[in-house]
Amino acid sequence: MNNMLYAVAVLGGTGIVFGVLLALASKYFAIESDPRVETIREILPGANCGACGYAGCSNYAEAVVEGKAPLNACIPGGSQCAREIAAVMGQSVEEVASLAAVVFCIGDREKAAERFIYHGIEDCAEAEKYCGGAKACPYGCLGLGNCVRACPFEAISMGAHGLPLVDLDKCNGCGLCREACPRKIIQILPKSEAGHLVLCNSHDRGKSVSRACTVGCTACRICVKACPREAIAIENNLAVIDLEKCDDCGECAKACPQGTIHPRRRVAEQSRARVG
Amino acid sequence: MEKLLALIFVYIFVENFVLMRFFGICPFLGVSRKMETAVGMSMAVIFVMTISTLVTWLLYTYLLEPFNLLYLQIVAFILVIASLVQLVETVLRKISPTLYQGLGIYLPLITTNCAVLAVALLAVQEEYSLLESLVFAISAAVGFSLALIIMAGIRERLELANVPKAFQGTAITLITAGILSLAFMGFKGMLSI
Repeated sequence: MNNMLYAVAVLGGTGIVFGVLLALASKYFAIESDPRVETIREILPGANCGACGYAGCSNYAEAVVEGKAPLNACIPGGSQCAREIAAVMGQSVEEVASLAAVVFCIGDREKAAERFIYHGIEDCAEAEKYCGGAKACPYGCLGLGNCVRACPFEAISMGAHGLPLVDLDKCNGCGLCREACPRKIIQILPKSEAGHLVLCNSHDRGKSVSRACTVGCTACRICVKACPREAIAIENNLAVIDLEKCDDCGECAKACPQGTIHPRRRVAEQSRARVG
Repeated sequence: MEKLLALIFVYIFVENFVLMRFFGICPFLGVSRKMETAVGMSMAVIFVMTISTLVTWLLYTYLLEPFNLLYLQIVAFILVIASLVQLVETVLRKISPTLYQGLGIYLPLITTNCAVLAVALLAVQEEYSLLESLVFAISAAVGFSLALIIMAGIRERLELANVPKAFQGTAITLITAGILSLAFMGFKGMLSI
């Protein structure tokens, strides 16, 4: 009988002692946190992509409440998210431009020559270290999918010919793929289907480009002359179209002897057809 | 002194908690994906194991043993370890936010870790003194950390390797763990307590 009482007393006593200690601790060591942090964190998409410049959604929410971060820094959340945060904080906010990733290379395995057959690690950065990658073009896409693995929204997939495809419905322009690409082929542009783009990343001279790839920009200047609005300039051996000046007339795409210039509409359609 | 040194060597290498005794396999496989988390988890385990062994040893010696309540030890130890970790977490969050950032997410994970309970139970079962128990707990935790960190290093490299499709993911991880355990068999018989 005594034994049973001891057992109850010891276990019950220990339980009570720790219970009281925990209660006291939670009272005396409580941390006052702003309820707005929790509200904002629930508004945010919760992907922890880091596009806002903070380590994750919680950190960004804290920074917003402390007034250190702008209200519209969440790119995946877009305008709607910024408006909701502004409502919580009682401030007004500018619209957020919605962005999307664009792959500036169309030199797939059939169009761009390869110097050797690569059997190494399936990682673009590792392949780059091995003699600068298999592709003859030192600026072209290596096609081993670092961007695919980096995307937290599963918006990028690897196409059949070794070029990544961006699913524009899922992509929100967080820019993690741009960071993951060792050759910086991916650019983040405003999400629209207007305008034309030079889908090449090569800064080599024309002769080297045409040897390495049948669809590379050789900086021949034909598009510069063809453009009626003077929206195209050659920068460092590569034609660049100023999207603000471009009115989508399509003269450059018709004139380009290499077929490097494509309307964004077609890029979007192709990606939709192949992804879908 | 000699016994303490033997304890350290034996429980880090010969009787490694993860690879030879198979305690704490869950965090060993779950948290070893990245070196950063593995190091954080290791620190938290060392911290918790030491404190919990100290408290459970006192509880055992001054309460359970005098009242002849040895059959209660598992329940009592679980109670003590769980509430202790919770207590430490609350206090840590207030006193040292930086330390909390490092260890915080791992502390609740460890609360119900079998390795922590095993250290507490073995310490009293082997009838170690208080000092010996503490040295035993720290060595066991360091042994756990060693296994975890080695595993994290291997798995980071494994990420880049061309693993055959059938072995990808959990399969290759378990095979790696097995080979690692085999390697630690080399210490077997070197020293015993």
